[in-house]
Amino acid sequence: MGFRAAVITFPGSNCDRDMAVAIETVAGVAPLRVWHGDADLPDQLDFIALPGGFSYGDYLRSGAMAARSPVMQSVVKAAQRGVPVLGVCNGFQVLTEAGLLPGALMRNAGQNFICRNVALNVINNQSLFTSAYDAGQQISIPVAHHDGNYYANDTVLDQLEGEGRVVLRYAENVNGSRRDIAGIINEAGNVLGMMPHPERAIEHVHGGADGRALFESAVRSAVVSA
Amino acid sequence: MKVHVHVSLKPGVLDPQGRAIHHALEGLGFTGVNDVRAGRLIELDVDDAVSDAALEEMCSKLLANMVIENFRIEKVGEKETA
Repeated sequence: MGFRAAVITFPGSNCDRDMAVAIETVAGVAPLRVWHGDADLPDQLDFIALPGGFSYGDYLRSGAMAARSPVMQSVVKAAQRGVPVLGVCNGFQVLTEAGLLPGALMRNAGQNFICRNVALNVINNQSLFTSAYDAGQQISIPVAHHDGNYYANDTVLDQLEGEGRVVLRYAENVNGSRRDIAGIINEAGNVLGMMPHPERAIEHVHGGADGRALFESAVRSAVVSA
Repeated sequence: MKVHVHVSLKPGVLDPQGRAIHHALEGLGFTGVNDVRAGRLIELDVDDAVSDAALEEMCSKLLANMVIENFRIEKVGEKETA
Protein backbone atom coordinates (compact mmCIF):
# COMPACT_ATOMS: atom_id res chain seq x y z
CA MET A 1 0.00 0.00 0.00
CA GLY A 2 1.59 3.28 -1.13
CA PHE A 3 1.53 6.71 0.37
CA ARG A 4 -1.79 8.21 -0.67
CA ALA A 5 -1.38 11.97 -0.77
CA ALA A 6 -3.33 14.82 -2.33
CA VAL A 7 -2.04 18.21 -3.44
CA ILE A 8 -4.71 20.90 -3.65
CA THR A 9 -4.46 23.47 -6.43
CA PHE A 10 -6.19 26.83 -6.14
CA PRO A 11 -6.34 29.39 -8.93
CA GLY A 12 -3.03 31.18 -8.41
CA SER A 13 -1.19 28.33 -6.69
CA ASN A 14 2.29 28.12 -8.16
CA CYS A 15 4.14 25.62 -5.98
CA ASP A 16 1.70 22.77 -6.48
CA ARG A 17 3.87 20.99 -9.02
CA ASP A 18 6.99 21.34 -6.86
CA MET A 19 5.01 19.95 -3.94
CA ALA A 20 3.77 17.00 -6.02
CA VAL A 21 7.29 16.22 -7.26
CA ALA A 22 8.71 16.44 -3.74
CA ILE A 23 6.10 14.01 -2.42
CA GLU A 24 6.64 11.62 -5.31
CA THR A 25 10.43 11.80 -4.93
CA VAL A 26 10.30 10.91 -1.25
CA ALA A 27 7.27 8.60 -1.14
CA GLY A 28 7.77 6.90 -4.48
CA VAL A 29 4.13 7.43 -5.39
CA ALA A 30 2.71 10.40 -7.25
CA PRO A 31 0.12 12.30 -5.20
CA LEU A 32 -3.41 12.87 -6.43
CA ARG A 33 -4.10 16.36 -7.72
CA VAL A 34 -7.25 18.06 -6.48
CA TRP A 35 -8.79 21.24 -7.87
CA HIS A 36 -10.16 23.88 -5.51
CA GLY A 37 -13.68 23.58 -6.89
CA ASP A 38 -13.92 19.87 -6.08
CA ALA A 39 -16.20 19.52 -3.11
CA ASP A 40 -14.94 16.06 -2.21
CA LEU A 41 -11.46 14.80 -1.50
CA PRO A 42 -10.33 11.31 -2.53
CA ASP A 43 -10.96 8.68 0.17
CA GLN A 44 -8.39 7.19 2.53
CA LEU A 45 -5.80 9.94 2.26
CA ASP A 46 -2.53 9.66 4.19
CA PHE A 47 -1.56 13.27 3.59
CA ILE A 48 -2.94 16.55 2.22
CA ALA A 49 -0.70 19.37 1.02
CA LEU A 50 -1.74 22.98 0.50
CA PRO A 51 0.95 24.52 -1.71
CA GLY A 52 2.42 27.99 -1.96
CA GLY A 53 1.43 30.64 -4.43
CA PHE A 54 -0.99 33.52 -4.61
CA SER A 55 -4.38 31.85 -4.48
CA TYR A 56 -7.10 34.10 -5.88
CA GLY A 57 -4.48 36.81 -6.39
CA ASP A 58 -4.28 37.33 -2.60
CA TYR A 59 -7.54 39.26 -2.90
CA LEU A 60 -8.92 40.61 0.37
CA ARG A 61 -6.15 38.93 2.43
CA SER A 62 -3.62 36.22 1.59
CA GLY A 63 -5.43 32.89 1.73
CA ALA A 64 -8.79 34.42 2.60
CA MET A 65 -10.64 33.40 -0.54
CA ALA A 66 -9.05 29.95 -0.78
CA ALA A 67 -10.02 29.23 2.83
CA ARG A 68 -13.69 29.62 1.81
CA SER A 69 -13.46 27.51 -1.38
CA PRO A 70 -15.47 24.28 -1.66
CA VAL A 71 -12.51 21.93 -1.24
CA MET A 72 -11.48 23.54 2.03
CA GLN A 73 -14.67 22.38 3.74
CA SER A 74 -13.50 18.85 3.01
CA VAL A 75 -9.94 19.60 4.09
CA VAL A 76 -11.22 20.93 7.42
CA LYS A 77 -13.27 17.77 7.95
CA ALA A 78 -10.33 15.55 7.00
CA ALA A 79 -8.07 17.47 9.39
CA GLN A 80 -10.60 17.01 12.16
CA ARG A 81 -10.56 13.25 11.46
CA GLY A 82 -6.79 13.30 11.93
CA VAL A 83 -5.51 13.26 8.35
CA PRO A 84 -2.09 14.99 8.27
CA VAL A 85 -2.29 18.37 6.53
CA LEU A 86 0.76 20.41 5.50
CA GLY A 87 0.33 24.03 4.46
CA VAL A 88 3.37 25.77 3.03
CA CYS A 89 3.58 29.54 2.56
CA ASN A 90 0.23 30.46 0.99
CA GLY A 91 -0.94 27.08 2.32
CA PHE A 92 -0.08 28.27 5.86
CA GLN A 93 -2.03 31.47 5.22
CA VAL A 94 -4.99 29.39 4.05
CA LEU A 95 -4.81 27.21 7.19
CA THR A 96 -4.96 30.24 9.49
CA GLU A 97 -7.77 31.82 7.48
CA ALA A 98 -9.68 28.52 7.62
CA GLY A 99 -9.29 28.40 11.39
CA LEU A 100 -7.26 25.18 11.40
CA LEU A 101 -4.31 27.03 12.93
CA PRO A 102 -4.35 30.07 15.23
CA GLY A 103 -2.97 33.50 14.39
CA ALA A 104 -2.51 35.33 11.12
CA LEU A 105 0.23 36.09 8.61
CA MET A 106 0.71 39.76 8.02
CA ARG A 107 2.80 41.84 5.64
CA ASN A 108 6.54 41.37 6.31
CA ALA A 109 7.80 43.91 8.83
CA GLY A 110 10.29 45.26 6.29
CA GLN A 111 7.59 45.55 3.61
CA ASN A 112 9.74 43.62 1.14
CA PHE A 113 9.12 40.34 -0.60
CA ILE A 114 11.82 38.01 0.74
CA CYS A 115 13.15 35.21 -1.44
CA ARG A 116 16.23 33.41 -0.13
CA ASN A 117 17.47 30.56 2.04
CA VAL A 118 16.97 31.06 5.75
CA ALA A 119 18.29 29.13 8.73
CA LEU A 120 15.63 27.48 10.86
CA ASN A 121 15.81 25.70 14.18
CA VAL A 122 13.78 22.53 14.61
CA ILE A 123 12.19 23.19 17.99
CA ASN A 124 9.96 20.13 18.15
CA ASN A 125 11.13 16.95 16.45
CA GLN A 126 8.36 14.83 17.98
CA SER A 127 5.73 15.89 15.45
CA LEU A 128 4.70 13.61 12.61
CA PHE A 129 6.22 16.15 10.21
CA THR A 130 9.59 16.53 11.93
CA SER A 131 10.49 13.17 13.46
CA ALA A 132 13.31 12.60 10.97
CA TYR A 133 15.11 15.73 12.20
CA ASP A 134 17.26 15.92 15.32
CA ALA A 135 16.03 18.03 18.22
CA GLY A 136 17.48 21.51 17.92
CA GLN A 137 18.86 20.77 14.46
CA GLN A 138 19.53 23.83 12.36
CA ILE A 139 18.37 23.51 8.77
CA SER A 140 18.37 25.78 5.74
CA ILE A 141 15.19 26.12 3.68
CA PRO A 142 14.14 28.79 1.19
CA VAL A 143 11.45 31.34 1.95
CA ALA A 144 9.61 33.31 -0.73
CA HIS A 145 6.88 35.50 0.67
CA HIS A 146 5.50 38.97 1.20
CA ASP A 147 3.06 38.09 3.97
CA GLY A 148 4.96 35.83 6.36
CA ASN A 149 4.94 37.93 9.49
CA TYR A 150 3.29 35.61 12.01
CA TYR A 151 1.02 37.32 14.51
CA ALA A 152 -0.96 35.98 17.42
CA ASN A 153 -1.70 37.55 20.79
CA ASP A 154 0.46 36.76 23.84
CA THR A 155 -2.03 34.28 25.28
CA VAL A 156 -2.05 32.26 22.07
CA LEU A 157 1.74 32.46 21.75
CA ASP A 158 2.24 31.29 25.35
CA GLN A 159 -0.14 28.41 24.71
CA LEU A 160 1.64 27.41 21.47
CA GLU A 161 5.01 27.43 23.22
CA GLY A 162 3.70 25.68 26.33
CA GLU A 163 2.23 22.87 24.28
CA GLY A 164 5.30 22.38 22.08
CA ARG A 165 3.39 23.53 19.04
CA VAL A 166 6.06 25.90 17.78
CA VAL A 167 7.82 23.41 15.52
CA LEU A 168 10.15 25.69 13.56
CA ARG A 169 11.72 29.02 14.43
CA TYR A 170 13.76 31.39 12.30
CA ALA A 171 17.39 31.48 13.41
CA GLU A 172 17.31 35.01 11.97
CA ASN A 173 13.93 36.70 12.04
CA VAL A 174 13.52 37.74 8.41
CA ASN A 175 9.93 38.98 8.44
CA GLY A 176 9.05 40.24 11.91
CA SER A 177 7.23 37.09 13.02
CA ARG A 178 6.40 37.16 16.70
CA ARG A 179 8.77 34.99 18.73
CA ASP A 180 10.59 34.01 15.51
CA ILE A 181 7.82 31.57 14.59
CA ALA A 182 8.23 29.90 11.20
CA GLY A 183 5.97 26.89 11.65
CA ILE A 184 3.28 25.69 14.07
CA ILE A 185 1.09 22.64 14.51
CA ASN A 186 -2.49 22.35 15.70
CA GLU A 187 -3.48 20.95 19.07
CA ALA A 188 -3.89 17.40 17.73
CA GLY A 189 -0.53 17.61 15.96
CA ASN A 190 -1.75 16.61 12.51
CA VAL A 191 -1.80 20.05 10.88
CA LEU A 192 1.45 21.92 10.20
CA GLY A 193 1.65 25.39 8.72
CA MET A 194 5.04 26.86 7.78
CA MET A 195 6.22 29.76 5.67
CA PRO A 196 9.52 28.22 4.39
CA HIS A 197 9.33 25.89 1.40
CA PRO A 198 10.59 22.36 2.21
CA GLU A 199 9.51 21.18 -1.25
CA ARG A 200 12.17 23.45 -2.73
CA ALA A 201 14.94 21.71 -0.79
CA ILE A 202 14.63 18.05 -1.70
CA GLU A 203 17.73 17.36 -3.79
CA HIS A 204 21.24 18.79 -3.65
CA VAL A 205 20.83 20.37 -7.07
CA HIS A 206 18.26 22.63 -5.39
CA GLY A 207 21.07 24.08 -3.30
CA GLY A 208 20.18 22.00 -0.27
CA ALA A 209 18.11 19.00 0.73
CA ASP A 210 17.06 19.93 4.25
CA GLY A 211 13.37 19.81 3.33
CA ARG A 212 13.49 16.15 2.49
CA ALA A 213 13.34 14.93 6.09
CA LEU A 214 9.99 16.66 6.55
CA PHE A 215 8.42 14.51 3.86
CA GLU A 216 10.31 11.44 5.11
CA SER A 217 8.82 12.05 8.54
CA ALA A 218 5.29 12.18 7.13
CA VAL A 219 5.77 9.07 5.03
CA ARG A 220 7.27 7.17 7.97
CA SER A 221 4.40 8.24 10.21
CA ALA A 222 1.85 7.00 7.65
CA VAL A 223 3.56 3.61 7.48
CA VAL A 224 3.64 3.29 11.26
CA SER A 225 -0.02 4.20 11.66
CA ALA A 226 -1.20 1.97 8.76
CA MET B 1 -28.92 50.21 0.66
CA LYS B 2 -25.27 51.22 0.51
CA VAL B 3 -23.12 49.95 3.31
CA HIS B 4 -19.52 50.85 4.01
CA VAL B 5 -17.49 48.34 5.97
CA HIS B 6 -14.38 49.87 7.49
CA VAL B 7 -11.77 47.26 8.31
CA SER B 8 -8.84 48.33 10.48
CA LEU B 9 -6.04 46.62 12.35
CA LYS B 10 -6.64 46.08 16.04
CA PRO B 11 -4.82 48.41 18.39
CA GLY B 12 -1.46 46.92 19.30
CA VAL B 13 -1.08 45.01 16.04
CA LEU B 14 1.95 46.36 14.22
CA ASP B 15 1.10 47.93 10.88
CA PRO B 16 4.15 47.89 8.59
CA GLN B 17 2.14 49.48 5.79
CA GLY B 18 1.01 52.35 7.98
CA ARG B 19 4.57 52.88 9.13
CA ALA B 20 5.83 53.03 5.54
CA ILE B 21 3.14 55.59 4.67
CA HIS B 22 4.13 57.59 7.73
CA HIS B 23 7.77 57.63 6.61
CA ALA B 24 6.72 58.64 3.10
CA LEU B 25 4.67 61.56 4.44
CA GLU B 26 7.66 62.71 6.48
CA GLY B 27 9.80 62.31 3.38
CA LEU B 28 7.47 64.71 1.56
CA GLY B 29 8.07 67.25 4.28
CA PHE B 30 4.77 66.95 6.16
CA THR B 31 5.23 67.44 9.87
CA GLY B 32 3.00 66.77 12.85
CA VAL B 33 1.79 63.36 11.74
CA ASN B 34 1.91 61.28 14.90
CA ASP B 35 0.81 57.91 13.58
CA VAL B 36 -0.61 56.26 10.47
CA ARG B 37 -2.72 53.12 10.39
CA ALA B 38 -3.81 51.72 7.02
CA GLY B 39 -7.13 49.95 6.71
CA ARG B 40 -9.58 48.91 4.05
CA LEU B 41 -12.96 50.20 2.93
CA ILE B 42 -15.40 47.74 1.40
CA GLU B 43 -18.54 49.14 -0.22
CA LEU B 44 -21.57 46.90 -0.34
CA ASP B 45 -24.84 47.45 -2.12
CA VAL B 46 -27.37 45.23 -0.37
CA ASP B 47 -31.11 44.72 -0.35
CA ASP B 48 -32.91 46.67 2.36
CA ALA B 49 -34.12 43.34 3.70
CA VAL B 50 -30.60 42.31 4.70
CA SER B 51 -30.48 42.33 8.48
CA ASP B 52 -27.87 43.92 10.70
CA ALA B 53 -27.07 40.47 12.03
CA ALA B 54 -26.35 39.24 8.51
CA LEU B 55 -24.08 42.22 7.87
CA GLU B 56 -22.20 41.52 11.08
CA GLU B 57 -21.79 37.91 10.05
CA MET B 58 -20.46 38.88 6.61
CA CYS B 59 -17.83 40.97 8.36
CA SER B 60 -16.76 38.43 10.96
CA LYS B 61 -16.80 35.47 8.56
CA LEU B 62 -15.01 37.01 5.61
CA LEU B 63 -14.51 40.74 5.31
CA ALA B 64 -12.37 41.07 8.43
CA ASN B 65 -9.91 38.64 9.98
CA MET B 66 -10.95 38.84 13.61
CA VAL B 67 -7.50 37.71 14.79
CA ILE B 68 -5.92 40.98 13.68
CA GLU B 69 -8.70 43.27 12.49
CA ASN B 70 -11.77 45.13 13.71
CA PHE B 71 -14.65 46.26 11.54
CA ARG B 72 -17.19 49.06 11.65
CA ILE B 73 -20.39 48.98 9.63
CA GLU B 74 -21.68 52.27 8.32
CA LYS B 75 -24.96 52.59 6.44
CA VAL B 76 -24.49 55.43 4.01
CA GLY B 77 -27.94 55.76 2.55
CA GLU B 78 -30.86 54.06 0.93
CA LYS B 79 -30.56 52.72 -2.60
CA GLU B 80 -31.70 55.33 -5.12
CA THR B 81 -34.98 54.48 -6.78
CA ALA B 82 -35.61 55.31 -10.41
